[in-house]
Amino acid sequence: MLINEFLLLGAVLFCIGVYGVIARRNGIMVLMSIELILNSVNINLLAFALRNGDVNGQVFALYIIAVAAAEVGVGLAMVLLIYRNRRSIALDELSEMKG
Amino acid sequence: MLLAAQQNVAQHIAFGIIAAGMILGAIRVVTTSNVVHAALWLVTVLGGAAALYLLLAAEFVAVTQILVYIGAITVLFLFGTMLTRARIGREGGLDNPYRGIAVVVSLLLAGVLGYVLIDAFSDDQLPEEPIITTTQQVSDSIFGPYLIPFWALSFVLLAAVVGAIVLARKD
Repeated sequence: MLINEFLLLGAVLFCIGVYGVIARRNGIMVLMSIELILNSVNINLLAFALRNGDVNGQVFALYIIAVAAAEVGVGLAMVLLIYRNRRSIALDELSEMKG
Repeated sequence: MLLAAQQNVAQHIAFGIIAAGMILGAIRVVTTSNVVHAALWLVTVLGGAAALYLLLAAEFVAVTQILVYIGAITVLFLFGTMLTRARIGREGGLDNPYRGIAVVVSLLLAGVLGYVLIDAFSDDQLPEEPIITTTQQVSDSIFGPYLIPFWALSFVLLAAVVGAIVLARKD
């Protein structure tokens, strides 16, 4: 198989994830879009691991999965805290830190 | 030779089906107006990614993907939806007014990435007989040369667990 099939699929998923991060207003939806981006990176890493025939890409992919789990845990805790304080998780209303 | 060619065709068909499903699911994740549906479409994308990892001869990563992403992260998302919203169903106001900018940015990014990838890797084949990396090799690598990042990752996870509890605790 061509490596480009996997790389182009990863690129398309990455772009869809970027669209979601910019266009979504709900905090949970933004976190889901970030998951799409992280998955596209994993596809690239595994494709290159197979192409080069070494194991390092798989190790990095596993580390990315672990970091993504930690990120979702902390992110959802933050979303929950924002909801508790403001009764809304619309991210464009969070403007207290704007100078 | 013929058998290898047939396997190749089968791989291409499997890849096409999985890729189409993943792209459809991803587009639904970022466009649907129901948070629960978005989480369920995300499951199809993550499952398709696990199937692609199998095609890429990385079984351990595929199983980890299913366990961690589909098993744990999706449940976290559904819990987050449940805890932050009174009502499960269609909902307006999930998108902000920057949709046009988002479309332009992502299409631009897709164009640049596609141009670069086609320019750089257009005739780069994956090996016909891939070198199978066993789970033993993966673990040897994690606990050998990548031991320090593994420790760092353990601390990241510990900090994330403690931080999530501290953030979400009522006091």
